[in-house]
Amino acid sequence: MKKRNGVALAVLTTACLLVWIPLLLMAAASLMPEDELYWRYLTPLGLGRDRVRAVLFPSYPSLEAFIELLIRSPGFFIMFWNSCIQVLPVLAGQLVVAAPAAWAFAKFRFKGKEILFGLYVILMVLPFQVTQVSNYLVLDRIGLLDSHLALILPGIWSALPVFIMAKTFETIPGVLMEAAYLDGAGELYTFFHVGLPLGYPAIVTSLMLSFVEGWNTLEQPITYLKDKTLWPLSLYLPSIAEDKASVAFAAALITCLLPALIYLNCQEELEQGVAASGVKQ
Amino acid sequence: MQDGKLKKKLVPWLFLAPSLGGVTVFMGFPFLDVVKRSFTDTMGTRFTGIGNYRAVLENSAFQLAAGNTMRFLILCIPLLMTISLGLALLISGEAEKHRNNGVIKNCRTVLVLPMAVPAASLVLVWKIILCRDGVMNQMLSRITGTLWDVDWAFSGYAFPVLIITYLWKHMGYDMILWLAGLQGIPGEQYEAAKIDGAGAAARFWYITIPGLKGTFGMVGILSVVNSFRVYREAYLLAGSYPDSSIYLIPHLFAHWFLSLDIQKMTAAAVMMTGIIVIPAGVVWGIRRKK
Repeated sequence: MKKRNGVALAVLTTACLLVWIPLLLMAAASLMPEDELYWRYLTPLGLGRDRVRAVLFPSYPSLEAFIELLIRSPGFFIMFWNSCIQVLPVLAGQLVVAAPAAWAFAKFRFKGKEILFGLYVILMVLPFQVTQVSNYLVLDRIGLLDSHLALILPGIWSALPVFIMAKTFETIPGVLMEAAYLDGAGELYTFFHVGLPLGYPAIVTSLMLSFVEGWNTLEQPITYLKDKTLWPLSLYLPSIAEDKASVAFAAALITCLLPALIYLNCQEELEQGVAASGVKQ
Repeated sequence: MQDGKLKKKLVPWLFLAPSLGGVTVFMGFPFLDVVKRSFTDTMGTRFTGIGNYRAVLENSAFQLAAGNTMRFLILCIPLLMTISLGLALLISGEAEKHRNNGVIKNCRTVLVLPMAVPAASLVLVWKIILCRDGVMNQMLSRITGTLWDVDWAFSGYAFPVLIITYLWKHMGYDMILWLAGLQGIPGEQYEAAKIDGAGAAARFWYITIPGLKGTFGMVGILSVVNSFRVYREAYLLAGSYPDSSIYLIPHLFAHWFLSLDIQKMTAAAVMMTGIIVIPAGVVWGIRRKK
């Protein structure tokens, strides 16, 4: 019995190591001074060819790259800001639009509900490539191509938040709503004072998933933004190595810092929110 | 009285309106437009029947991309679901014994972390490992004693590489879903089975698997949703013209988009929607009848 426990722990530890190693490689490289970086990673940076000398901890740790990036790379700031501008309004919009819709699906009976919810699920499953043409044609018609709004508007009406929130709202006991109604509460009051507080984990979860998705996106900006000054970090980052190889790893680390910190802070809500969406039906 | 009833009927629609409005404008009408265009010529005026559809199906790039995408889905989704279920079982097994609680909690945190790491951040790390002069070749050379000189991301090995990056990124998220499902199975069932003398394998087969039925569909759907995002890794690692083994539907769409081949894109989009909607509709219909 004891031996089996050991095996389970060993497997889990290995899995965790497999996650950590790439992240540590990145962190270590971001803390290297330029000479060490080029000596170790000439080929991956595309600067020439030499044996890779990978390490999990730099030999001469330095903040050189971060200082260079934060002080002397205005381009990075612009792209960082673009990412924020393209993601945050989407989250706000989803909160306003998706939460009430999810509430309607979870707590009311009305004609056509099942079919409508089925449509939302399908919308959620359709890959970007399928909706790409439709979206492009609309955005072109209303003249929004090559603007931040081209990413923001379609993002707000993503179906995933509706789905996740509805699944959690469904688990709120009907008794609580009855009680609120008996106390004379209106529909809106019940939504704000029963639904939103109790659905909190799902709201955090779906906003977090949307943030990660928006921060990570490639397909949308490639398609909708020709103007390079509008590019988000996720699209700019791959080309930074050609621009300024010495800061590439530092930029990569800063880019994943924000979503990672958000995840670490919302972990509990995420597990609850995802859990509710996984429960039967 | 009549007024109250009407009001009651109206309430859910008022809650739905903001969402429904946007979805109709950004998805509904445009999709109808796409369906219409898929049956017309470039100017969108002359009806061409199934001409565009035939052009797509006969297109060799489409055949390659569709085949690769299918192959990817068929391999990846069962792999991802099995591995994440395995991890979830290990974690819940350990948690049940109330041992190593801190370690287990850390494992959960770490295993989900890749989900939050943008693909673009990791490109350089993957290159450290996979480039010609990289870690992978060095390790294999040392282990096998012969010189390895493979450019992993740009050769026939690109396909397994892509699968591994996909598993790396998504196993944690699926694991949380499984863990939630496992939590939903009442512990008494296991106790009862144990008393009846059922072994670990029997308990897994007759209690755990049926207990996870509801979760199964959900994990499957979300894995499919995520699978198309592997294009990001493929594109970042190997560019828009990768090794032919990882030329996927998204690559194809990107090329059609650049050459403004709207006809083919619309026809392919309609077909892909059909592939997703028709089985979903059938399943839904069968369930409803029950």
